Amino acid sequence: MIAEAGHYALVLALALALIQSSVPILGARWGDHALMNVARSTALAQLLFVAASFTALVMLHVVSDFSVVNVFENSHSMKPLLYKITGVWGNHEGSMLLWVSILALFGGLVAAFGNNLPLSLRAHVLAVQGWIAAAFYLFILVTSNPFLRIASPPIEGRDLNPVLQDIGLAVHPPMLYLGYVGFSISFSFAVAALIEGRIDAAWARWVRPWTLVAWIFLTLGIAMGSYWAYYELGWGGWWFWDPVENASLMPWLAGTALLHSAVVMEKRNALKVWTILLSILTFSLSLLGTFLVRSGVLTSVHAFATDPARGVFILLILCLFIGGSLSLYAWRASALKQGGLFAPVSREGALVLNNLFLTSACATVFIGTLYPLALEVLTGDKISVGAPFFNLTFGPLFVPLLVAMPFAPLLAWKRGDLFGAAQRLTAAGIAALVAIAVLFAWTYGGATLAPLAIGLAVFVIGGALSDLAERMGLFRVPFGIAMRRGRGLPRATWGTALAHAGIGVALIGIVCETTGNSEYIGTMQPRDVASVAGYRLKLDEITQRQGPNFREMIAQFTVTLDGETLQVMMPSKRNFTTRGSSTTEAALLTRGASQLYISLGDINAEGAIAVRIYHKPLVLLIWWGPVLMAFGGLLSLSDRRLRVGAPKPAKAARALQPAE
Amino acid sequence: MTRKQRRLTMIGGSLAVLAIAAALVLNAMRDSIVFFSTPSMAAERHVPPGKRFRLGGLVQPGSLVRGDNLAVNFSVADGSMTLPVVYKGILPDLFREGQGVVAEGALDASGVFKADTVLAKHDETYMPKDVADALKKQGHWKDDYGAKPGATAASAPAQGTSK
Repeated sequence: MIAEAGHYALVLALALALIQSSVPILGARWGDHALMNVARSTALAQLLFVAASFTALVMLHVVSDFSVVNVFENSHSMKPLLYKITGVWGNHEGSMLLWVSILALFGGLVAAFGNNLPLSLRAHVLAVQGWIAAAFYLFILVTSNPFLRIASPPIEGRDLNPVLQDIGLAVHPPMLYLGYVGFSISFSFAVAALIEGRIDAAWARWVRPWTLVAWIFLTLGIAMGSYWAYYELGWGGWWFWDPVENASLMPWLAGTALLHSAVVMEKRNALKVWTILLSILTFSLSLLGTFLVRSGVLTSVHAFATDPARGVFILLILCLFIGGSLSLYAWRASALKQGGLFAPVSREGALVLNNLFLTSACATVFIGTLYPLALEVLTGDKISVGAPFFNLTFGPLFVPLLVAMPFAPLLAWKRGDLFGAAQRLTAAGIAALVAIAVLFAWTYGGATLAPLAIGLAVFVIGGALSDLAERMGLFRVPFGIAMRRGRGLPRATWGTALAHAGIGVALIGIVCETTGNSEYIGTMQPRDVASVAGYRLKLDEITQRQGPNFREMIAQFTVTLDGETLQVMMPSKRNFTTRGSSTTEAALLTRGASQLYISLGDINAEGAIAVRIYHKPLVLLIWWGPVLMAFGGLLSLSDRRLRVGAPKPAKAARALQPAE
Repeated sequence: MTRKQRRLTMIGGSLAVLAIAAALVLNAMRDSIVFFSTPSMAAERHVPPGKRFRLGGLVQPGSLVRGDNLAVNFSVADGSMTLPVVYKGILPDLFREGQGVVAEGALDASGVFKADTVLAKHDETYMPKDVADALKKQGHWKDDYGAKPGATAASAPAQGTSK
């Protein structure tokens, strides 16, 4: 009964999406307010029905109704409740349902909070959302229906992939999808602007908060996924340049560029055509990511789906939306008026530079991800493009970006003073040089690039702080006044500084993790001691334990540093009987931002166990950086400017245009 | 600066960055791409010692020898040829004799494949996609590889695993 209700709700949501995608457009054409307002009610109703459908699937998983194929294949009655719920999106059908639910959520939010949008713009935006939603509802109903029944229901399910039975699954996919799908809003706004043939600074003001929300979630989602891979896969890597990871990195790079170009458009009414193109590209890359992950065209850690019918269907959606929006762009973009001019050395110029490097970096990731696929289709040769390729392309493109980053916020709009900005960055530059010199002396004979990279990171962080200090007048005016000024600064300024500093923090973590690792790999008997980076790890005992749906072998290590016992670490190896597969549960010991990491291998006939022990200095900074960036984004989002003042009609905004 | 000069600066700058990106990509393409071979493909192509590639095939049953200090020897077979592999380290969770494996490394002077990474990127039929395709091409694909635990329905979702 629940399954049928969920299925029916999904069909109704499709019908509503079809209405939402057609009626408001006609309304906008005829200037009929009632018809345009249909968009609002259908978007909200659609959200209601797809939420009902999703709830139905969650309930089926919670009550372990194995007469439903999806539940049978991915659940087990002994599975803990949390994994019964998260298992809903741990498979192809469920994760697509989550995808459309989030799409409908964003559509619903625009409908509910978009009262200050011009009526026709809102109608167009929601209609475009309706097209996307309709395409994906069709995809689910035709190729990936999660509500199908089995004629003779089995008693027990086949259980969820053990690697996915982790808290990471509860957080990572929803976050990532909130990011991916969130970019659909800026896409819809861009297409709506192209249809209307009208775009102005107010448009950028409406789009920016939505882009920012999506960007925050995508940042956190990627960081979360990376940390999950780090502790779950058992060999301590945190980024593999796996095509699926690249699929989420590409929209992030394009989305970051979009955030910055939208600033130029909002403040200076320039780069309009480019911003529209970036909006389209960002969501296209999200769709491409969905295609790569969901079609099974790649075999990788995340490839759950293997059915070619699905691949072809998503490919059609991909071609339709990307091709359609780009043709519309080619046809209409010239109708958009060009905005204000600026000198190459200016805040705008710096943001253009940012966009150039981010999109070029994005393009290299794109090539590295798709080239092997293209080559296999064309010549049949199988190649793998791994970390070396990306280190040689992505890395060098990020260096100038990071060098330029601290300068940008210090330059004035329209015409900047590079020398003045450099003067204000003296402190950051000196800090960076000191850091480089100290590190060279300390790691004498080690990697030469590492101290330079750390120096760059210090420069980035120092630059962000100098910008704040400069604006507060710190060290120039009395401390109390500076603090008061600091509180008075727009939150967006704080947000920018924190997000930029976050990049530097993450870079320090990345460099320390890649160059400063110490490891011990070997076999250990009980009472053996291993030494890694000054820590002594004694293997106390190896025990067996029965978990809810697995058996596990636990090794207990006592960690001591300078004779002082710190903690007991218990890595384990789990064997899942239903799937006949095992997972390695690494044990982590956090000391400041550094971590000790133990993962287990096989046990041999003499009772010795293979172990891998890593000491990873400052590794946590890799994830604190993105968290800081997301927090900066959140501060920006709470800026007064984005909450009030957005609903300015186009004419008022045009009056602000500078005389050039 | 005139309007035209500004525009030219912009376009020139963009082209310069794109040219740098393209040069980086072409340079990286030359050096850092690894081909995939089965043992017989490696013999056919006369892969020189020291040239990195990915070796894929089945772990020859009975060939796995564990030495001291996590040293491992095994052979990779594709039905017509076998190639000895040495590796030092922990084998992935799903490494088993008679099942698929992908190892990355290079041949040494005596024709032994020294692996520095052993991947177990399987689906739940314990067969890496590259290996399955290569074996199918050579006519050594047996359907019973697919009859491993849990792989009953055709719609079974593939299972990612550890490396």
